Amino acid sequence: MTIILFSGEMDKALAALSLATTAASMGKRVTLFFTFWGINAIRKPGPASGRGWMRKLLARMNRGGSENLPLSRFNMLGLGRWMMSKILRESRVASVGESLRLATEMGVRLVACTMSMGVMGIGKEDLIPEVEDFEGAASYLGEASKSGINLFI
Amino acid sequence: MKKDETLDTLGLYCPTPILYTAKKLGEMKGGQVLEILSDDEGIKKDMPAWCESTGHEFLGVEETDDQIRVYVQKRT
Repeated sequence: MTIILFSGEMDKALAALSLATTAASMGKRVTLFFTFWGINAIRKPGPASGRGWMRKLLARMNRGGSENLPLSRFNMLGLGRWMMSKILRESRVASVGESLRLATEMGVRLVACTMSMGVMGIGKEDLIPEVEDFEGAASYLGEASKSGINLFI
Repeated sequence: MKKDETLDTLGLYCPTPILYTAKKLGEMKGGQVLEILSDDEGIKKDMPAWCESTGHEFLGVEETDDQIRVYVQKRT
């Protein structure tokens, strides 16, 4: 199975990670490909290292880190995210960070899109160490053509 | 139903009970039976589907008002 996580919101990342971990528990080979805003899910917290003033500005506004992702609805400047995180924690649903660690332990391959990294001024050192592969469209399509389930979230 | 081990996933939502089941079965011996306690309605459909793709045997479901008990036999 392959999943492209294009979106940078917590709810969408959780949906992708639920499917990735469940597929891994079924013994499937799983690739999670992070691109564009989805990269924020695998960023370390804090500003990215970007070069040039526009990338620096983007890196500063575009906050990364699995625990900083906004909600796709009712984010309300972070209040919605705070409430949803609390509800999820009380319901004992794993957070994005916890799910990422679990996914890696289960053998899910985390891949960062090098084009998005370049454009957004995000270096390898800005990403969590669980991300070991840096690839592009052709590698993704190669993997997807061998897989029966390919999702774009 | 006869069981060798019990896994309590009460209060946990999909897909956590399935993930814990996978982990627990990994620690058990082939042929042993795991009982999973759950209150997530979806597990009645999810567990047989998961067993079908993993090769473990789904033995059935027992249900009370507030608890679903699912039985899975680890593949040998």
